[in-house]
Amino acid sequence: MGRIGDKFESLRAKNEKALIVYLTAGDPSLAVTKELIFELEKAGVDILEIGVPFSDPTADGPVIQAASQRALKTGTTLASVLKMVADIRLSSQIPIVLFGYFNPIFAYGVEKFARTASEAGVDGVLVVDLPPEEARELRVYSDAAGLDFISLVAPTSGKDRMKTILKTATGFLYYVSITGVTGTAAPKVEDVAREVGKIRKLTKMPIAVGFGISNAKQAKAIGAVADGIVIGSAVVKLIDENRNNSELVKVISNYTREIKEALR
Amino acid sequence: MKTLPDKNGHFDIFGGRYAAETLMPALLELEDAYDKVRKDKSFIREFDWYRREYAGRPTPLYYARRLTSVLGGAKIYLKREDLNHTGSHKINNTLGQALLARRMGKKKVIAETGAGQHGVATATVAALFGMECKIFMGEEDIRRQAPNVFRMKILGAEVVPVKSGTATLKDAMNEAMRYWVGSVRDTFYIIGTTAGPHPYPMMVRNFQSVIGLEIKKQIKKMEGGNPDVLIACVGGGSNAMGAFYAFRNEKKVTMFGVEAAGRGMNTTEHSASINGGKVGVLHGNKTYLLQDDHGQVRDAYSIAAGLDYPGVGPEHAYFAATKRATYVTVTDDEAVEAFSFLSRQEGIIPALESAHAIAYAMKIAPAMKKNKTMVICLSGRGDKDAQTIIETM
Ligand SMILES: Cc1ncc(COP(=O)(O)O)c(C=O)c1O
Repeated sequence: MGRIGDKFESLRAKNEKALIVYLTAGDPSLAVTKELIFELEKAGVDILEIGVPFSDPTADGPVIQAASQRALKTGTTLASVLKMVADIRLSSQIPIVLFGYFNPIFAYGVEKFARTASEAGVDGVLVVDLPPEEARELRVYSDAAGLDFISLVAPTSGKDRMKTILKTATGFLYYVSITGVTGTAAPKVEDVAREVGKIRKLTKMPIAVGFGISNAKQAKAIGAVADGIVIGSAVVKLIDENRNNSELVKVISNYTREIKEALR
Repeated sequence: MKTLPDKNGHFDIFGGRYAAETLMPALLELEDAYDKVRKDKSFIREFDWYRREYAGRPTPLYYARRLTSVLGGAKIYLKREDLNHTGSHKINNTLGQALLARRMGKKKVIAETGAGQHGVATATVAALFGMECKIFMGEEDIRRQAPNVFRMKILGAEVVPVKSGTATLKDAMNEAMRYWVGSVRDTFYIIGTTAGPHPYPMMVRNFQSVIGLEIKKQIKKMEGGNPDVLIACVGGGSNAMGAFYAFRNEKKVTMFGVEAAGRGMNTTEHSASINGGKVGVLHGNKTYLLQDDHGQVRDAYSIAAGLDYPGVGPEHAYFAATKRATYVTVTDDEAVEAFSFLSRQEGIIPALESAHAIAYAMKIAPAMKKNKTMVICLSGRGDKDAQTIIETM
């Protein structure tokens, strides 16, 4: 088992839920992203999702769209993100999932990507626009390189669809808690509980829930029915609001610490 | 040629369904629903009826006598898609998709639009079938295609301005997809061209293929056989694929798809994804894309809002890769010249998009023999472009 599986196992033993935090790499700069990652690890964040910016993020709401645009303006590329992960790995064992869209990976070369990502210490990939039907062209290489392929289940996925996804998902399952793009609504706990319950009947894999969770109260309620929660837009927004604040890193780590408390 | 796409929407390496999971169930449902109506006699009858009685099909295949004699070569015919109700070929597709939406019980429709022709054609069928309609349109296109914005509003549609990127067609499509992710349970997305995730490229092609089927019949009657050359402009590729598809197995028919070279192929300001792009994935399919070395999609540019898109339908990518069709380019200046030329020679004001096809015909017709025939798909009329043309004068 890799770092992701080990992490969920050790959390389970402690009866804790995973806090997964999403950051858009390169917003406001790759140097700050790196600093944030080290601080977030200390603050108790369990897994990091590092967003690789893309020009046309069709599954993202306004907050992450704007962050992607800023990151691209600072010259962030898939290659520079992979290099950053390699640097982090010299001194950190936090599980890292690369989150993004297929075209930058395709342009980089799928085989080279899988090899470089694995060597850099990436643990998993989540490619939003690569459903199981299209995933083969990446997975021939990413599976062989030992990268987990994190799959999404949406509120619109019925039982048959869930089964199809579960057949090939690895690492953990990511349940999208709203019918919508990232960060545009707050999830309804009853709905999430019901859908997660359905997925549980079909798999033993850990289930994380994300898209729209923004505070400790929601985190606690959803953490109670899942194995982990993902915070994305809320953190990205906070980073943007504090971009000129010299205490930026502290503000973010305090925020995530509070959320992690709610998951213990 | 084999029958494509395969069951997952692939045209060899192109096409597919690169879509977010939230949309996958809707795409599979759409595929199923479309599969049923394709063979359903009552649907075919209904679709035919609306095309004939409402849209005004068949459209004429007009022998352009003056154009032919001034250019002095091939005999030139114009397929008059501009004479369809709403002024372009777009209604062929929106009627098909709206009828399908109605059968699926969806009462809300959305669409992206560039030139506004697809927006108008969608707003029109939404009015006709009593559906709620939202059209996503880039702010730059709202400015340069103002007459069509008024038409959509008159028809009762809501026009949603899109500010992101260059505020043109690509950005409108991004925003329509995002809106669809959130409204997919009760909303039908009427995509306006042979792009998007499977089954759209196949479905739109089939709805538009009436263009080529009519050409085939009409030219047979007038000339006794197939045309030697077919020319159409290519944005996403729906009028071109509509014209080409019936001839895909007719090896003697030479087909030219005309891409927009904008300010020139030696600049970055063009929309020629086949001639100036690389294979990539955008808006649910794999195709030729204008992009940088890192896989970031580049902004497209063309004076014709309907061609201003960095991708191209996957079946055109396949036709290009297999050399079934040849893809060429025409600049803004050449298109503007052709716009005036056709207006003055034949009394037909073409859409700036269609003027790209005319411009290419003007390049090759003179060198062709007089006994050769050429059909140009005149995809739309140019009233909407009056403002843009005045600005170039
Ligand atoms: C008149 C006309 N022709 C052509 C196009 C380009 O689209 P397609 O390539 O799908 O035919 C448009 C698009 O708006 C149009 O309005």
